[in-house]
Parts: sequence; structure tokens; C-alpha cells
Amino acid sequence: MTDTTRTPLVELKNISISFGGIHAVDNASVDLYPGEVVALLGHNGAGKSTLIKILSGAYKRDGGEILINGEAADINNPRDAKKYGIETIYQTLAVADNVDAAANLYLGRELRTPWGTLDDVAMEAKTREVMGRLNPNFQRFKEPVKALSGGQRQSVAIARAILFNARILIMDEPTAALGPQETAQVGELIKQLKKEGIGIFLISHDIHDVFDLADRVSVMKNGQVVGHARTEDVTKDEVLGMIILGKVPPKAIPGPGAMQTA
Amino acid sequence: MADITTTASANRARSASENPVKRFFRATEIDTRLLGMVGALLIIWIGFNILSGGLFLTPRNLWNLSVQTASVAVMATGMVLVIVTRNIDLSVGSILGFVGMSMGVLQAELLPQLLGFNHPAIWVVTLACGLLLGAAIGALHGSIIAFLNVPSFIVTLGGLLVWRGATWFVTSGRTVAPMDATFRLMGGGTEGSIGATASWIVGALACAAIVATIANSRKQRKRFGFPLRPMWAEYFLVAIGCALVLGAVGIVNAYPWPVAIARKFADANGIAWPDGGLFIPHGIAVPVLIAIVVGIVMTFISTRLRFGRYVFALGGNPEAAELAGIKTRWVTVKIFALMGILCAIAAAISTARLNAATNAQGELDELYTIAAAVIGGTSLAGGMGTIAGAMLGALVMQSLQSGMVLVGIDTPFQRIVVGMVLVVAVWLDTVYRARAK
Repeated sequence: MTDTTRTPLVELKNISISFGGIHAVDNASVDLYPGEVVALLGHNGAGKSTLIKILSGAYKRDGGEILINGEAADINNPRDAKKYGIETIYQTLAVADNVDAAANLYLGRELRTPWGTLDDVAMEAKTREVMGRLNPNFQRFKEPVKALSGGQRQSVAIARAILFNARILIMDEPTAALGPQETAQVGELIKQLKKEGIGIFLISHDIHDVFDLADRVSVMKNGQVVGHARTEDVTKDEVLGMIILGKVPPKAIPGPGAMQTA
Repeated sequence: MADITTTASANRARSASENPVKRFFRATEIDTRLLGMVGALLIIWIGFNILSGGLFLTPRNLWNLSVQTASVAVMATGMVLVIVTRNIDLSVGSILGFVGMSMGVLQAELLPQLLGFNHPAIWVVTLACGLLLGAAIGALHGSIIAFLNVPSFIVTLGGLLVWRGATWFVTSGRTVAPMDATFRLMGGGTEGSIGATASWIVGALACAAIVATIANSRKQRKRFGFPLRPMWAEYFLVAIGCALVLGAVGIVNAYPWPVAIARKFADANGIAWPDGGLFIPHGIAVPVLIAIVVGIVMTFISTRLRFGRYVFALGGNPEAAELAGIKTRWVTVKIFALMGILCAIAAAISTARLNAATNAQGELDELYTIAAAVIGGTSLAGGMGTIAGAMLGALVMQSLQSGMVLVGIDTPFQRIVVGMVLVVAVWLDTVYRARAK
């Protein structure tokens, strides 16, 4: 499935970042191709979220480089990342609780009238359209996001990410707060976005959430990459072995964090 | 379109099962919180009117009340944005004092030497310098808060001491008076009121604006097929709005100039003094007009501009705002600079009204301003608050104070009452919010 002769959509090369002497991410490299879903797995504190926050511009890396379509990208803040078509759905959802869905969808990129004022009506109309596609039952457009259920808030966060034609979508524990039905909805959505050629990073500490959705897995442990594998080449148990022990199965490509076998 | 029709029918279904009161509030979309404040205000007014034997609800007292409220109301509009972003500004009273004193020296001592006494440009130059000074002080506070990460409580607590001290240094504690004749108009009084005809014109314009706003919002909703308010609710809102505006104009126009001033005016203009006395109405006072314009501009900024949207998003979830790509630090600097400008406007109003710039000007105003914003429904937890609410809050505070003066309550006891009212108001608000959830 992965065509290695093509240029990857995103390539994170030898990324390092440390906080007060602790190497949260140490020399990590991962890549992502168009229309591909890569699951980034690892325990809590393995460095997955930190690595991905570097790509989304929330953190500044200490070392390494980011390539988008083979060209070095200069990402220093969330605005830069958005310019490259990188959209992120954070674990905490990162929605402003006290404003409504439309305001959240367009936060930082508001539509404006020719007089420079907010074009609330146009934003609400577009919001109704996008939300109608994602979650047809959603009707509470006038209420602050605080009043919505977990699944509804999640759909607001996802709608915001896809509203601006993202090419690279990062989802940090997208189903952590959801019930089974809503989780299935998110799964459907991921398949749909994949068809549109969007590259997706799925971050999770639970392999069962993402194994069936992902084309490849990259496993991290203690800030280092244990290895990469195509999901068709490995079993869930082998991936668990990578997560827990750092043990790399035969068909996977080992990374710097792989357990050293004697 | 299918969703919209289902919503509409769902709304109809819901409203059919509601009692008439609930249905009325849903149809008119009136904020019940704001209505509660208006109710509290009416109780205060009627209560003091009875206690003072009918002295409170007179055109004269209400006109004075409106002028006295103006300065704090202007600052409260800015305090809303400050508190919405989970900050606080304790320095507004001291900034008012310092800017007021600087403007006093500028117009009474420096500019007359440069331009000549009573030069028509003095008031403009003074006001412009004052606004710039206020903005600079506010931007300084904002920069320290945003870029050096010092909590706003500490920065503005420092500012409270620094600018009060600086006020003293401008003239070594001397009071500066009198103010420029044109500048003085900003403080109200017989001269600083626009008279009956102009007041009616302002009232008529306000009514036209109310009609236009409601018609425009209906047109916009229709264009995108959103649910509409029923027609009777639209007419009701227009009627209430216009009645309030015209009623207020009627009251300020019923307050005549004092006899001595009216007689002087009659003599100067060669008008024969009639037997029943000359009835020259005050009309709307200039400071009140300034406060209303500030309120409208601030409401526009906070609800119609991107900046206002950012302020509220920042207050609701600072992390989300940052991740959405908002330059949160600059927003903070702008909020405090805006607060500084509003302090300068308030300083102009209060020095003009007093016809002097003194050392103690604006002392304790920070507390009244914060109280007005909080009573007006601004949540100290951030993310919530309205400009109109804060201005109404300022009116409630001032009504309490004026009322107590009128009834003859001693100053120490006045403070006790104001302090208790603040605590009770916030407690009631907490209860209201808990139930609304």
C-alpha cells in the first residue's frame, strides 16, 4: 500500500525536544503518505503527543527537521502549521467553551464582511453545512459549546479541522471521550477523509482503538521510536510487545528505541 | 433545509408545552439575567423614592444620577473585557487620577502659554494627549502582564501605587483649576447639556437605530433560513426600546435650569423674564452622551469585531485560543491599552465635572468599576460578561450611593451597604448560573 518511491506528505526527521533536562522526544523520525493513516502508539508519557505538538506548532523543537512534500517546512507556531494544511484535533479538544459552534469552527480565521466586522451569519450557515455532513443530528448552533455532550464537542473539533481543507490531520486520542456509537462514527469519518487523500496521524495509547483503522503503526517508548510496521505484517500482540517491551517483530523496521537483542 | 424545518417544528412542539411566560421569553429572546438587574434597579429606585419622601424619582435627581454614573460606567465597559480574559485591573482609579492631573496641568498651565488663554484648540489637544497617555500606560501594564508573565493582579496593584504617587508629583500635590471652558462641557452642568431640541433629535435617532437593527437582523436570518422571532415579538422589542429611550429623554427634558442661571441667561440674551420663571430644559448631559457612545462602541468591538471574539475565546479557554493561532499576548496588550483609553475618557469627564484636577481624583474608583462589572454579570472565572450589563451595574451602584445620600445615611454606613450588596449580588449570580446549567 505504501509506495516508498513517492515523496512522503510529511517527514519528521531526527526530532528532539527536552523539558528541563528530560528528553521528552529523542531523535525521533516518522513519516506519512497521502491517503494514509499512521497510528502513533505508546504508553502515556512515551512522547507521542509531544512529537505531534511539534508538527502542529504548539512546541518548538530543539533539533531535527520537518519536511512537507519533501521540502523543509518552517513551523514555529500553530499559525505556521495551518499554512501548511496541518490541522490538529487535540486530546483536550481545545475548544473555547463559552462561545458557540460557529465561533469555534472559525476561531482564528473568522469570516468578515467588507466593513471588517464579523460575518456571523455566513459563518453560521457554513457551520450548519459542515456539521450537517458530520453529525446530521446536531442542532444546537446557538448554544455555547459547554452545553454540548462529549460526542458533539468532538464533532465540533473535527469539523473545525476539516473545514479548511486540511491535507494533514492529526488526531490525538480522538475517541477517548466517546461512547461506542460515536467511536464508530469517527472511524467512518477517518475512512472518508482517507479517500479524499488526506494523511492522518492517529495518536493513541490503546491499540484496539486504532489498529483496524491504521495502515501503519509507529511505536514510541521513552521518547524514542521503537519501530515502524505495516498493520498487515504484524499482529496486535506483536505491536503490544513493541509498546510494552520495545521488542521489534521480524517484519517491522526497528528504530533507535528498539530493545537491543544480544 | 430539511434540518431547519425539523428544528422549527421541534421548537413549536417545545413551545406548545411551555407556559406563556417561558414562551414569551423564548420568542423575544430577552436575557432573563438582564431583566433581573432591571428589576433590582427598579426596586432600589422605588424603595429610595418612598424612603426619601418622593425625592428620588424626580427629573432633577435622575439627571444627576445619570451624570454621576457616567465616569464609572465608561471604565466598567473596559473592565468587562479585562475580567473576561481572567485578568483584573486595580489601577484604573490611579490612572484616572494621573491622566486627569496631567490633562489639568496641560490645559490650565502649559497650553495657555503656548496657544493663548481660551484658545479653541486647547480642549482637543488636551483630550488627545490624555487619551494617548492613558493608552500608553495601559499598554505598558498589558505588556508586562503578557510578555513578562507577571500576574495582572500584581502589575495593576503596583500601578495603583505608582500612578497615585505620580499624580502627586505632577504638581507636588497642588490642585489645578479652573479647566478650559470648552473642556468643561464634558462634565455636564447647565452648559454641558445639549438642551431639549437636540435631546429629542438624539432620542429619535436612537429609535430609528433600534428599528433598523431589529429589521436588519430579521433580514439576515431570513436570508440564511434561520429560525425567526415571531412578528409580535419584534414589534414588542421595538416598542419597549423606543419607549425607554423617549421616556429617558422626556425625564431629562423635564429638569429645568436653576432659576439664577436661567435669569442670567435671559439677561444676557435680552429675553424678558416671564412671571412664572423661564423654563429652559437641561436635556441629555454631555458626559452621559459620551458614556452612551462609549457603550455602543465597546459593544460593537466586543460582539462584532474579531478582537472581541478573541477576547471571549481567550477567556473561555486560553490554551484553545493559543492553539487556534490567536496572538494571545497581543490581545492582552490591546485590552489593557483600551482600558487605559477608557480611564482617560473617565478622567476627562470627572475633571471637567469638578472643574479641577485633584490629587485624590478617582480614589476607590477601581473598586466601584470592578463592582459594576461583576454586578453586571461579568464572571470572575472568565469568558462571560456584557457591556450593557456592566453599565447597568454602574447605574445600580450609583443609585444605591445617591439614594443613601438622599435618605441621609452616614458615609461609613454607606460603605457597609455597598460592600454587602456586592457580595450578595455575586452570590445571587452564582446561584443563578448553577441553576441555569
